[in-house]
Amino acid sequence: MRAKVHEPIDFGHALRDALVTGVLTLLVLGPVTNLVLDGYAITAELLRGPLIVNGIGLALVVALGRFVVAVGVQTPAGRDLLTRFGQKGAHGVTVETAADNDWHRVLRPLVIGGALSLLLLVLSRFGLMDVQRAAALVLIVLFVVLGQGLGSLRRRGQSSPWRILVPLLFVAGLVLPLLFNAWGLFPKTWIGNLILALIYVLLGLGLNIVVGLAGLLDLGFVAFYAVGAYFLALGAQYFGIGFWTALLCAPILAACCGAVLGFPVLRMHGDYLAIVTLGFGEIIRLILNNWLEVTGGPNGAPAPGPSLFGLEFGRVARGEGNTPFHEFFGLEYSADYKFLFIYLVLFVVVAAMIRFITRLRAMPMGRAWEALREDEIACRSLGINHVVVKLTAFMMGAMTGGIAGVFFATYQGFVNPTSFNFFESVLILAIVVLGGMGSTLGVIIAALVLTLLPEVLRDFADYRVLLFGALMVLMMIWRPRGLIRPKRPAFAPKGA
Amino acid sequence: MTAPLLEVRGVDTYYGPVQALRQVSLHVDRGEIVTLIGANGAGKTTLLMTVFGSPRATVGEVYYRGEDITRVPTHQIATRGIAQVPEGRHIFPAMTVEENIVMGTIPIGQAHLDADRQAMFELFPRLKERRNQRAGTLSGGEQQMLAIARALMGRPELILLDEPSLGLAPLIVKRIFEVLKEVAQSGKTIFLVEQNANHALRLADRGYVMVNGEIRLEGSGAELLSNPEVREAYLGGH
Ligand SMILES: Nc1ncnc2c1ncn2[C@@H]1O[C@H](COP(=O)(O)OP(=O)(O)O)[C@@H](O)[C@H]1O
Ligand SMILES: [Mg+2]
Repeated sequence: MRAKVHEPIDFGHALRDALVTGVLTLLVLGPVTNLVLDGYAITAELLRGPLIVNGIGLALVVALGRFVVAVGVQTPAGRDLLTRFGQKGAHGVTVETAADNDWHRVLRPLVIGGALSLLLLVLSRFGLMDVQRAAALVLIVLFVVLGQGLGSLRRRGQSSPWRILVPLLFVAGLVLPLLFNAWGLFPKTWIGNLILALIYVLLGLGLNIVVGLAGLLDLGFVAFYAVGAYFLALGAQYFGIGFWTALLCAPILAACCGAVLGFPVLRMHGDYLAIVTLGFGEIIRLILNNWLEVTGGPNGAPAPGPSLFGLEFGRVARGEGNTPFHEFFGLEYSADYKFLFIYLVLFVVVAAMIRFITRLRAMPMGRAWEALREDEIACRSLGINHVVVKLTAFMMGAMTGGIAGVFFATYQGFVNPTSFNFFESVLILAIVVLGGMGSTLGVIIAALVLTLLPEVLRDFADYRVLLFGALMVLMMIWRPRGLIRPKRPAFAPKGA
Repeated sequence: MTAPLLEVRGVDTYYGPVQALRQVSLHVDRGEIVTLIGANGAGKTTLLMTVFGSPRATVGEVYYRGEDITRVPTHQIATRGIAQVPEGRHIFPAMTVEENIVMGTIPIGQAHLDADRQAMFELFPRLKERRNQRAGTLSGGEQQMLAIARALMGRPELILLDEPSLGLAPLIVKRIFEVLKEVAQSGKTIFLVEQNANHALRLADRGYVMVNGEIRLEGSGAELLSNPEVREAYLGGH
């Protein structure tokens, strides 16, 4: 509902708000910027330094900003914006209906995605944006639209425009990076950034099962990521396994670790669960750090790159009788090939994972996760085995984390424990919370934003962490329940 | 005679050191409506939960269709044809009405889903109107109907209801009891726990009265309704 009556703008109120914020800023920042510690004496220098880093200057700027915002939100346009973004009361899940797969609904993400890509092209054409960055962003937009499509695709036999679009987008997602790279638009650094971004999408999807769907707060998710990564590194070192073997086995091992963690915490809820999982994450990291003889401790361990039907991506083949990829195809050696290959495999795996999780959510197991989150007593009387349900949530999440770990290790070519500290868990949790707990699309977008924003904002150098924080705070004010409202695929798709 | 559908024999149940049930014995025959009345804290909910094995009986046995289910895991009990409508309804608030109903098929799978869902919407037209609404936004009475519908979706032979009239307006309570009568007429066996003794005893074939974790009285619904002790304690002396 929109307010139809135009209320007069209350300038007095805005002024009061501005004054209060200004004074608060002065109180908080004034002592930091304007008091000079000289030996044991403290002197107040009111006009120290350039105005913008001066407490008084900052207070003025903040007060002015607050005034503009306070007046702005009272204008009709401002009010409209607030109602659009400030859906604080609107929570919970919506369920997909048949209308969601109509052409016009499907067209929306397509049109938005297309428009964004076009905008990026135009911007880069006129030199307003670095071409390589624009190309990478186009690939990201493509991926988000594909993610939306994969999440909306219904069962076999049900017609939906996505049925045609998803394969097209998928092929485009595989071909475009190759073309871009051939045209010099997709250099190694950007491939690397996109690989990392997709790794975080995987991690976010995995944790989303545990936290978003099953409602089990897990602060040690990074442990499974570490298990996957170290499985490749140590497996190669001791047993000579390669990337593909690791990609198949690491999820199983990680899932077992998930079960090991799951059993003792079955009876726990909320805070207690969070603390135990946090401890689990730290234990894994400490083992990796301190078991010098096996893991290499803080020095880490090398991890092998991927191979394509036995062809390696190094400059010279390491295995006996092997040919490197570039020699086999008669190409010039380039380190890009390895990263492009990892990117493409990862792209396929993430797409498959999105599809898998969407299907799972429409099945009794996925439903049971959400049911258990909502009401344990009801689940018990319905005959849901809460042990199995919780364990599968942990295991599925861990499995996804393990896969991400394998990609991380092969991409880095090296693993060490500092990559798996607590802040990594926090970042993954931030992705899930920011994306909207339980929303697959939200998690995809949040993962891309949180991992790529620092790269995109590289021009702002020192201020990017600050900007990053400010964006997070703004997000939480506008959308306290995350970017995207979770949407459940319809259960029991047969008629009625 | 055939064995009763549900039989509780000499059950003691504890919460840690606290004994909640003392030597409780009762039985429910096929096709009966049996009610258990008692004041707050008498142990009625505990008895229903003991049938579901959570908490478990320390002493005594629970038989269903002649099988000892005292030690059967909780999640397997629902698949044997017992449904429970828990105290306080416990619907899934963030799921829609229809999703809640579909969740009820968990014990038996979705073979009869379409027909049963149709039947539920006929039994509760209100739920059909609100099928796409989030269950958490329903009124208390509607939530209770939803909880009953969800329980019926598992095609149980025996339904355990824990205070379905709790916190509902008299008119809605009347409607709920009418529905229970219909459900009973369709061949289900009902074991109804209530504080609302008047309604419950009028509906029931037989009843038990529980005081402090013990069965104090038993008899037909009419007998208990006219029993001075029951009238004094549960019917406000009228
Ligand atoms: N989870 C529990 N832990 C400890 N004591 C409990 C628990 N649940 C119920 N009780 C106790 O058991 C007794 C019976 O409770 P309950 O079965 O809920 O009674 P009713 O359903 O008849 O109101 C009460 O004295 C209550 O305090
Ligand atoms: Mg009770």
